[in-house]
Formats: sequence, C-alpha cells, structure tokens
Amino acid sequence: MPESKSAAHWEHFPHDADVGIRGFGPTSATAFEQAALALTAVMTAAAVRPETRVDVTCKAPDLEVLFVDWLNAVIYEMAVRRMLFGRFAVKIDGDALTASLWGEPVDRARHAPACEPKGATYTALRVEKLPDGTWSAGCIVDV
Amino acid sequence: MDPARFTRLDATSWQIDPTGAMRVPAIIYADEELLRGMDDKVYEQAANVATLPGIVKASYAMPDAHWGYGFPIGGVAAFDAEARGVVSAGGVGFDISCGVRTMLTGLTVKDVLPVQKAIADSLSRQIPAGVGSEGAITLDPPGMDAMLRGGAAWAITQGWGEEGDLERIEEKGTMSQARPDCVSDHAKQRQRREMGTLGSGNHYLEVQAVAEILDDEAAAAFGLTRDAVVVTIHCGSRGLGHQIGTDYLRDMAVAAKDAGIALPDRELACAPIKSEIGERYFGAMRAAVNCALANREILGHFARRVFGHYFPAAKLELLFDVSHNTCKVETHLVDGKKRELYVHRKGATRAFGPGHQQLPEALRTTGQPVLIGGSMGTGSYILAGLASSEEKSFASACHGAGLAMSRHAALKQWSGRKIVDDLAASGILIRSPSTRGVAEEAPGAYKDVGAVVLASEQAGLAKRVARMRPLICVKG
Repeated sequence: MPESKSAAHWEHFPHDADVGIRGFGPTSATAFEQAALALTAVMTAAAVRPETRVDVTCKAPDLEVLFVDWLNAVIYEMAVRRMLFGRFAVKIDGDALTASLWGEPVDRARHAPACEPKGATYTALRVEKLPDGTWSAGCIVDV
Repeated sequence: MDPARFTRLDATSWQIDPTGAMRVPAIIYADEELLRGMDDKVYEQAANVATLPGIVKASYAMPDAHWGYGFPIGGVAAFDAEARGVVSAGGVGFDISCGVRTMLTGLTVKDVLPVQKAIADSLSRQIPAGVGSEGAITLDPPGMDAMLRGGAAWAITQGWGEEGDLERIEEKGTMSQARPDCVSDHAKQRQRREMGTLGSGNHYLEVQAVAEILDDEAAAAFGLTRDAVVVTIHCGSRGLGHQIGTDYLRDMAVAAKDAGIALPDRELACAPIKSEIGERYFGAMRAAVNCALANREILGHFARRVFGHYFPAAKLELLFDVSHNTCKVETHLVDGKKRELYVHRKGATRAFGPGHQQLPEALRTTGQPVLIGGSMGTGSYILAGLASSEEKSFASACHGAGLAMSRHAALKQWSGRKIVDDLAASGILIRSPSTRGVAEEAPGAYKDVGAVVLASEQAGLAKRVARMRPLICVKG
C-alpha cells in the first residue's frame, strides 16, 4: 500500500463467503477507478493488457447506488465480452458516471482467473470523504 | 458469537428475543461450538430479517449460517402476502436456484479406480468450468425464452437429459409461472453462451464414493450402498441469475422507501409481494430457477456421456435435484392452520419430511433427499428430510459446510498447487483451470461439514443417511 494516505490505492477486506473491495483516491472518481482495480484483482493477480477500450455510462439517485451500478457495469462487460480490465478512467458529473475501461480477452493460461464476480451488493457499502480529504468507496462483491 | 446473547430453547436452538423493530424472534439452529464460531453479523442479519413486514413465526438460521448480504447465508424466512409480506432479492441471493443434484452410477469404487484418471481428464474437457469458459450451446432469443419457461423439461426436449429425471427434480423440472418478459436483456445476454457451464467459486462436479452409511433403511431407499459411486453437481443459474439478482436488488433498494418499508439497512432491499416490482421479481426469479434446473440437467447429460464412454451400461439415474437459493410459495402449518407462505431459503435446502405430497412415490416414506456439499477434501453428505423440520424451519435444513475464513485468508494460507498434489496423493483427483481458485476453496478453509450435518440432525431438521468421499473434483 502506498505511504501517502491520499494517494490512489485499493484493498480487499474480508467477508465470510465473499469478498470486500475498496478504492481510495483524491476524488470520488479516482476511488471508483481504484475499486474497479480491486475487482479485477479478485479474479487475477496477473497483468491485464489495455488492448481494447469499452465505454460505459451509469446514472443513479445517489453516489452509493452509483458506485454499485459502476461495479455492476464492469462485471457485466467482463461477463458478456469474456474480458478482464486493467485500466479505468471515470468521470462523475452529479448523478451520472461515464467511464472507459481498457482490457483484453481472458487468457486462461496467463491470467489463471480464480472466482468470477456475480454482482456488487449493498452490504458494507460506503462512499465517503475521509477526514484527511481522501475519498473511499467500497462494498461486498458476491463471488 | 457469544451464546449469552441468546435464550437457549434446547441443545441446538438459540433464540434472539424480539426487541426494537423485530416483529418475531430469530432462531439459530446450531450446537454451541458452531454458534461460537459464527460471525456476529449472523446475529445482526437474522435479527434484521425479523423486522421485515409480514414475516411469519421467526427468522431462522441453519447450522452452517454465515454473514451474507441482507439475509444471512443459511437464512430461512416465510412471509404472508395477505399480511403485507415482502419478497427480497437479497433473501434469495445472486445465484438464484443454486443447488445440488446427485446421480447414481450403479458402479463401485473397484470399477472406477482403474479409469479414475481418464474419467477426470474427460470430465474436465467436457464440462466447461471457470472464468472465461464457454459452453457449446448458444441460445437465440426464442430459445432463451423457451428455456426460461421450460427448465429441465426444455433441456430434455433438446436432447440434453432424460424424461425419467423429471419426477426427481424439484417442481418436476419446470417452475411454473416463469416470466421471461421480466428478465432484462442484460441478464439474457449474460446467459446466451452459458448453458451447460459449471461456473467458478464453490461450484463443482464430483465423482464420489459412499464412504459410510448412517441410516440403513433410508440409504436402501435412496439406492446407496457402501463403496457405490455417485456423481454430484453443484451449480446454479449462472450469469442470468446473477444479473437478475443485480437488477432487482437495485430496483428494490430504490423502491422500498416508496413502498413505505423502513429498512434497517439498504442491503435488506425488498418489495411487497403484492406490488408491481414484487410480482416482476417473482416472475424473473422463477425464470432463473428454470435456468438452473436446465443447466444442471445439461451438466448431468454431459456426465452421462463421459461415463457412457467408459461404462456403456451405466445409466446414471438421478437420485434427486434440489436448490438452496430460492423463494417459493408453499403451504405450511402455522399454529394448526394451513397458510400459503412465500418461503425464502438462502443457502438453505428444502427438506420435506416423509409423507409430503410433493415427493415422488418412491421417496415418500423416506423423506426428501437433502444433498449437502462439503469441501473437496472432506466429503459431502446425503440427508433425508424429517417431519419435525416442518415445525422447526418451514421444512428446511443446512446446505453445506460454510467457509470458516475469508477467501483472502485462505489464499494467504494455502498453495493451490500443493493442495492438488496432496489430494492426489490421498486418491482425490482435482481438475481446475485455476490453482488460485483451488487455494481459495482449500478444504481447511471450510467448517467441519460433519459437525454441521450432525447439528442439523440433532435439531430435527434432517437425518444423516450417508457420507460421501470425493474421488474426482472438477472445479471452476
């Protein structure tokens, strides 16, 4: 984990059956990007090549629902395209999110993907600005 | 969890007395050691479920309960539509109708051992498993809707299964009143190429040997003898169910407030059964049940094909196929009166006792087979439903061992490669595309399934019939 608390980074946190993911960054958008990296890391520890770009948009009544929608949009694109994504660029404007995802098709030999995420949940869902100014965004993902 | 927080009703029944917004008590079935090992979140979640409108009798948790989302995994709760009861997408889970089927091969360990490795390799080639795997079946839109309406019966009409299986599948293989029109295009898109795939995580296809008979009479009725070989499949409704869960969890989270339901937490998202969204969810969930039933029927067909190659006379007769993530309309006796209830079982297996009208004739005196998965190292159990489970838990029992630690912790503790080698040395062949997945599913990461099924028996939920040990495990 980077030394500076405000620098962008992600973490997994424990849950009995599933897995918690959390992203941190100087803005909510960066925290969302980092959480998506944490999601990819649930599946593979290998590098993911940014060969193809996919764009997604989401709209939600509040930032926490928007976060769940964002993760579920990434999960959907991974599932139907059979791809993994290793780079994310998120823009949040009010209740709307636009994002680009860069990745490549799953390579079962190289990525050795473990479990597939089924969906992001509202459990342990929190998007917040911490006292030191860092944004944090996390929830439990069902795997 | 501290046992002092409960009123102990008997050796295996622990009650959370109603406080605050709880409408009914919450009851956890477990022995003291299992209860102590449960996360405090199970207490919190079981109590939260007890606050939901229309809940009947109690919010229950099975001996393998653990922290879920909204409802605990291992949670059972029944709601009355006439009392403004609710249906909850989180109370069913993302993997709608995830379940287990066991097929009897008619072979013994002695028959299978000489070709064990060849069968393991064939199964791993024939059964698409793991992230990025693709089935050989692609559904066009009319095919998708037909599958969502027909379930296992649809699979059989397509040539992937046998007519005789139907009476040994819940709902006789087809969940009625499925509504493909309530399933989103996203969900259908996720399923287009996933029929006949196993998935990943804790899903598996195992070739197992009967290691111990615990009830002679029931075992004979189920066709189980010591050293007999069976094939057991654990999987669910794949991407379709996951997306329906995702879609409706969101809709319900946003809509609960509009319906005037005060939620202690957004994760308890639910909708009145008698509401537009409640009815739509029901229609979609039933379609996902059919997807899971069809999927297990197809996987069973693939297993038959592999066994048929090595043993042309082997039939692989279906013992039973039962789900553990559902919400079903059932009639139960409550205070001496029959009531129609919406029974949520999330990580809990339906366990009809002897005499139940919905059981096929051949199983009616014994009770329903309750199929319990353990871990790939320690084995599994077959139980039979008990009449007492009707009163105790709306005829429900446990569903598996349950993880004793997080996947994260398991990954730190074990090497997948070493687990595969160690198990091979003890006669269990693992076939998985992901060694990391194997580490996350390490036998040591699971609770003791033996303790879970014993507690289920002691609590009067289901009785133990046979213990199975794995010979081959194909995992995603």
